[in-house]
Amino acid sequence: MAAELLDRSVAWSVLTIVPPLVLAALALPLGRRAVPWLPLAGAAGLVAAALALALQVRAHGPLRLELGGWEAPLGIALQADGFGALMVLTTAVVGAAVMVHALVEFRHPTGGESRAGLAFWPLALFLLAALNAVFLGADLFNLYVALEVMGLAAVALVTIEGGAAALVAGMRYLLVALAGSLAYLLGVALIYAQYGVLDLESLAERIAAGAAPDSTMAALVLMTVGLLAKTALFPLHVWLPPAHANAPAPASALLSALVVKASFCLVVRLWFDVFAPVATAAAAQLLGLLGAAAILWGSVLALRQDRLKLMVAYSSVAQIGYLFLLFPLAGGAASLPWAAAAWSGGIFHAVSHAVAKASMFLAAGTIIHALGHDRITGISGAAHRLPITVLAIGLAGLTLIGLPPSGGFVAKWLLLNAALAAGQWWWALVMLAGGLLAAGYVFSALSQTLAAAPDGFAIRPVPLRMELAPLALALLSALLGIVAYEPLALLAIGRPAVAVEGLP
Amino acid sequence: MTVAAWLPVATLLSSLTPGLLIFALPAGAHRTRIAFNLIGAALKLVLVALLLWGVWLGERYEARLTLVPELDLVLRVDPLAMLFVTLSAGLWFVTTIYAISYLAGTEHQNRFFGFFAICVAATTGIALAGNAITFLIFYELLTLSTWPLVVHRGDAGSLAAGRHYLAYTLAGSAPLLLGVVWMQSLTGPVEFAEGPQLGAHLDTDRGLLILIFWLLIAGLGVKAALVPLHGWLPTAMVAPAPVSALLHAVAVVKAGAFGIVRVVHDVYGTTLVRELGVGLPLALLAAATILYGSVLALRQTDLKRRLAFSTVSQVSYITLGVALAGPIATIGGLVHLIHQGLMKITMFFCAGAFAETVHAHRIDQLDGIGRRMPWTTLAFSVAALGMIGVPPVAGFISKWYLGTGALEAGQPWVIFVLGASSLLNAAYFLPVLYRAWFRPPAGCWHEDAHRAGSRFETSAGLFLPPVVTAAAALAAGLFAGFAASPLGWATLIAALGHGR
Repeated sequence: MAAELLDRSVAWSVLTIVPPLVLAALALPLGRRAVPWLPLAGAAGLVAAALALALQVRAHGPLRLELGGWEAPLGIALQADGFGALMVLTTAVVGAAVMVHALVEFRHPTGGESRAGLAFWPLALFLLAALNAVFLGADLFNLYVALEVMGLAAVALVTIEGGAAALVAGMRYLLVALAGSLAYLLGVALIYAQYGVLDLESLAERIAAGAAPDSTMAALVLMTVGLLAKTALFPLHVWLPPAHANAPAPASALLSALVVKASFCLVVRLWFDVFAPVATAAAAQLLGLLGAAAILWGSVLALRQDRLKLMVAYSSVAQIGYLFLLFPLAGGAASLPWAAAAWSGGIFHAVSHAVAKASMFLAAGTIIHALGHDRITGISGAAHRLPITVLAIGLAGLTLIGLPPSGGFVAKWLLLNAALAAGQWWWALVMLAGGLLAAGYVFSALSQTLAAAPDGFAIRPVPLRMELAPLALALLSALLGIVAYEPLALLAIGRPAVAVEGLP
Repeated sequence: MTVAAWLPVATLLSSLTPGLLIFALPAGAHRTRIAFNLIGAALKLVLVALLLWGVWLGERYEARLTLVPELDLVLRVDPLAMLFVTLSAGLWFVTTIYAISYLAGTEHQNRFFGFFAICVAATTGIALAGNAITFLIFYELLTLSTWPLVVHRGDAGSLAAGRHYLAYTLAGSAPLLLGVVWMQSLTGPVEFAEGPQLGAHLDTDRGLLILIFWLLIAGLGVKAALVPLHGWLPTAMVAPAPVSALLHAVAVVKAGAFGIVRVVHDVYGTTLVRELGVGLPLALLAAATILYGSVLALRQTDLKRRLAFSTVSQVSYITLGVALAGPIATIGGLVHLIHQGLMKITMFFCAGAFAETVHAHRIDQLDGIGRRMPWTTLAFSVAALGMIGVPPVAGFISKWYLGTGALEAGQPWVIFVLGASSLLNAAYFLPVLYRAWFRPPAGCWHEDAHRAGSRFETSAGLFLPPVVTAAAALAAGLFAGFAASPLGWATLIAALGHGR
């Protein structure tokens, strides 16, 4: 059985994309009759397929699949290396926890399913399928389609509960997402005009083969800027906090944990796998600089928020900054000691943050469900009435701060080592400052929950499942600090050569 | 893993497991919780006894788990580790008994005892850490698990103290992390067992070595309450008395001081510390802390605050002894790790007992307390005399070795610091003893209803622990000549560290 699972003949990569699409299509006509079996089946199936894919990649190394037997450049191709497989697995696990939480979140107060819930299931499943397609896509145009589906599903998820704030935020998000896609598509067009291929592998070969003309550089810049807007890297982050804070909590969790990571991962792929000969060390430094600014600015703003979800959303702006420190430390043109560690550390941070941030948004959702609001000054006493939820916030907070034991600590450890070994100590200072600021906002919220409850403190009872889903993710984010070896070994499979040079 | 490798792991788990299990208990399960606590604490004592026996016979136990390449979690048992583990295991047991009684009938006990046990697990991890990164991981875990204890009461004062505590300790963790990573970028993973490795970089990176040394000291100095990083300690006094005992004697300040010992002995090595010229400034800083803490202690009217500033002063004896980097001064510093723990925990137990039994918090409320609570007052007096340095209590031994060690290291000025500090100790403790024994009761006490009806002068759980620890402090001084005494053990460590 196990050997069969790992066999190359089973295309697990397809099974992480097609079944959620089918279920999403089914969810529309089935409506209320689809709940709860359809989301749960989708979640379980995704986790199983993603796990099998990860094991398959672990056993056989990077896999490539031409769908329907059509060779590139005609057909749709999927590729799975350790990086893609780990992101797909993260998506599946986070998606599953979000589904469990959402089953309660969208239950109508009078029983049955709320209207927002009916829209949530198909959108969430579309989104998960699109995310996996981004992580596994092997050519620039299919990646564009996947990005577009993901963006539209994400915008719709922001607005499903309606409300003026959510609609305005959703509209802004839509404009940014479309502008980003447009920039990306322009880049793709330039590339196609120049090289006549869109397949990543062939493209990488051709770029490496000859001197790249200026248009290649222009294409890389266009695609990168488009993707950075979707990733909400400072200074293109302004759309993120209102969108993530006003969406329903399960949607926020998917958006903050996964959607911004998808465009980030694509930037990493383009820079390290495809355009490495074109990318310069100076450009990598610039990305690092923007990342550093994001860490500091996002954290300072997070400290100043008086609503829990806004605080968590600004924290995402800051945490996204850490991801971009990967560029100066792992890549560009210079080969640095610890470059591979920095690359793995950056990706590992994306994974840890995904798990922790989803946990935090779900926990914030639980608090809103119980108290009816998420004003930080009004959550006194939450620790006594919702101890599991507060514990989840605390554990997930470890990753945001970068304290052990947590995945965030391991990631930060790798990045710090890389920074000091490369003699670029200023990145280390920014990371440490970011950690202290994160401690400031995480503990100010935690400390408020521990305060004595005001008189007449009443809460709406919360089903245990709604508390356990964020706790499970928070425990996982802490556990990633202890069992980091396996995920990092998976990441090393098919790691780009640029990041491996100069390995200690 | 071999059986020998499991021993340190089991020692760590003996407090971690009860901590985690307690979180899962229903709020009313008092008996089960007490059982978990006591079984864990007793089991730990047994394991520590086994380890002590093995280490005495020359065994070294090691357990290793690779988290990431170049990042190993290592638990390693050596004589210095055992010094700290034995202290924390022994004091955890008595503090648990005290805390059970102290907190009886209050809310959120699962949270309290859960974090309490995790705290001790973190302390064990710090003591057994076999490399710098393991030390750092448990050091941070200690910060995190003590914070909920400091804010346990949830009132404005506790929350403010918690903010203070975190601001200091987390700000300290940043330079520590930076220092550890920087060292690793020079030499690879810093394993304590391999002895100091940094000396090879003396010629090329002298300035960097000095910078890293002070980064590490800045990180550790926060917990060790070196002036000017001591501000959190007096504010944290609002925490319940067992927590104060934990902060001041069992875990937190000791973790900082212990870290400084590791840095000076196993990371830099006394030779390199002398070469770099960083030992003397550290000793001066410690001396300044000793005097400053004592002067401020004089000015406090609240008993627990006075004890807190006294801790600021006393813990720096450890740093002073280690910073002098001579063999005898080192013995004095190391043995004070144990002696200060025994004496200070006694005093906090007593202060808590006074406050809980008759609601006496300020020093002027202690008039005549010796008549109402003679045994508790006696325990307090033994510890206070020890702090001053009156023989035969343990504190005298520490001061004696520090003084002779300073002369041996060619730093005679230390004698004056020790003398001045002893005078100041006397000036702030003797008036308390005078009031307690010789003044008539002022009539400002309210007997606590919960503590009445015991066959002792207060609840048994508050009565026995200080008596036991005071007796231990006395015994540590009386029997200092035995090889199995704290002094004997400290001598063994110093002998190994200096290759004698």
